[in-house]
Amino acid sequence: METPALEARQVIKYFDDPVRVQVLHDVSFALGRGEFAAVVGKSGCGKSTLLYILSTMDTAYEGELLIDGVPMRGKKEAALARVRNAQIGFVFQFHYLLNEFSVLRNVMLPAEKLGKLSGPEIEHRAYEKLRILGIESEARKKPNQLSGGQKQRVAIARALINDPLIILGDEPTGNLDQKNAEIVFDIFKELAETYHQALLIVTHDNDFAAKTHRIIEMEDGRIIPQRP
Amino acid sequence: MKLPLLYDVALALLLARGRQSLVAAIGVTFSITMFIALLGFMSGLNQLLDGLVLNRTPHIRLYNEVQPAPQQPIDRYTGLDVGPARPHNFIRSIKPSNELPRIHNAGAIIAALRHDPRVRGVAPKTQAQVFYNVGTINLTGTISGIEVAQEDQLFAFGDYVTAGNPLSLNTVANSIILGKGAADIMLVGVGDMVQITTVKGSRVQLKVVGLFQSGLLEVDKVQSYTSLTTAQKLLGEANNYVTDIQVKLCDFTLAPPLAQEYAQHYEVQALDIQTANSQFETGTFIRNLISYAVGITLLIVAGFGIYNILNMMIYEKMDTIAILKAMGFAGADVQRLFVVVALAIGLSGGAAGLLFGFGLTVAISHVPFHPASLPTVHFYPVSFNPVFYGIAAVFALITTYLAGYFPARKASRVDPVDIIRGK
Repeated sequence: METPALEARQVIKYFDDPVRVQVLHDVSFALGRGEFAAVVGKSGCGKSTLLYILSTMDTAYEGELLIDGVPMRGKKEAALARVRNAQIGFVFQFHYLLNEFSVLRNVMLPAEKLGKLSGPEIEHRAYEKLRILGIESEARKKPNQLSGGQKQRVAIARALINDPLIILGDEPTGNLDQKNAEIVFDIFKELAETYHQALLIVTHDNDFAAKTHRIIEMEDGRIIPQRP
Repeated sequence: MKLPLLYDVALALLLARGRQSLVAAIGVTFSITMFIALLGFMSGLNQLLDGLVLNRTPHIRLYNEVQPAPQQPIDRYTGLDVGPARPHNFIRSIKPSNELPRIHNAGAIIAALRHDPRVRGVAPKTQAQVFYNVGTINLTGTISGIEVAQEDQLFAFGDYVTAGNPLSLNTVANSIILGKGAADIMLVGVGDMVQITTVKGSRVQLKVVGLFQSGLLEVDKVQSYTSLTTAQKLLGEANNYVTDIQVKLCDFTLAPPLAQEYAQHYEVQALDIQTANSQFETGTFIRNLISYAVGITLLIVAGFGIYNILNMMIYEKMDTIAILKAMGFAGADVQRLFVVVALAIGLSGGAAGLLFGFGLTVAISHVPFHPASLPTVHFYPVSFNPVFYGIAAVFALITTYLAGYFPARKASRVDPVDIIRGK
């Protein structure tokens, strides 16, 4: 059996402010390459908390987190930053584009940080990603000149630039209308099926979740065992 | 060409907050400008004031003072330790034998000094106490017999002669260059005759060929100059009578040890410039200290300006910091980013400040300034010492680095989860 792209083993998380509350109870699951999973559940069930632990940005948890079979526990902040840079792509509810830079440069930033390719190569790749997402014509514009749906697609292109193993989404369609949400869904599906990237998307949208390969349902900090 | 990523992002942040960044940079510019102008002006004045005395003071002055011999003849007997029967003398208040304050064998000493490689120049001098006769009134005065050419070369004597030609002392017999103060009291000018009385009682007529103004009023009232031979004639002495040998060294910091060496070697008294003028160094030091303190305070205030703008920038750009971190920028990268922003403000402001500082100093040096006591000065004195520019640059760098470092460290600790979840 191949190594899962992302694996959580008995992840436990407490919030300490204002009182100690356990928000995740022994969460364990694995996500394979090419798998497109949706995390659903009520507000406050811990799905976003889980996502940020999986993203390596939140390090205050108990249990084990493995990305591509490598344990993340005990890694230094700079090492985790490198893991995020090379292996994880993020799409948030809000696009978080830098208005000071062009759309193209926004997409290029993570690759420039990675520093594996030369400037022109990165630019070429960024164009390619924008073309996959159907917005290459907007490359020279500033993000604040785009529509909400277009911005979100730019954010997805930015998540894809380093060909990450895993793409994590925190309600990426939350702010989008039906049409744009469908476009984003189709893109995600293509990424999983054509490019064999693992996708884990937190969502409130049940229609969106229903179309994915796998639904991880959470309640009160636990994953509900899936009904057959 | 593409700038490295970090500088590019830093530039974008700067431009996003262009006006505040500019104000912070202007703060640095202003403080560096004032720092340089202040120090340049202050040390220009210092040099002028020090020059007023130090330029005209020999680095080492050799002279022979009338003083009791350290070992009186009687001591050669009573000073011996000859056991319990040690004799004792009761002779007190011994008077010196008739001796003038001359330097013995002055010609040989001068010749020897001129061969010393550490010595830049030597000028002999004969001091004589006189009375200027103004009608029935006698004013006390001092006449220095000098070798004009050497005096001019070593002590810029000509700069202080406000009327007449100093070299006339050599060409006109029985001539004198009167102190301006003394001339004003006697109501004489160039070409007039003055009568003086020597301490030995003889009266001499001297022709005024020039007026002398040192800038120190008390000196100008009593001091006059004549040629070495005229002074020797006034005193009724031979032409080897010299009371002072003034030595100018190549490096005046060597004066104290050399003074001791000469005193021993030539059996004369020797006074070095540092001992004679210690109060001037103290004054210079205090004035410099004050200028540095004011200048550095200005720089620190500018540092606070940078600190403020960076703090504001970091609060405004929390989202940017969060997404940079999510994309894989480590805390250290974010910190470096904001330090680069601070240094960009500091360096651009500082470089402009150095230029403006230079410009302001040049402007000050063109402001007319005619102090009554300083005839050679026509503009405000300034110093263009490159050390000031170096200090200003280094301090600009250090303060902006520190002003950037603390906000940058805060930015590096921003938790992206807090920011992203907070939306």
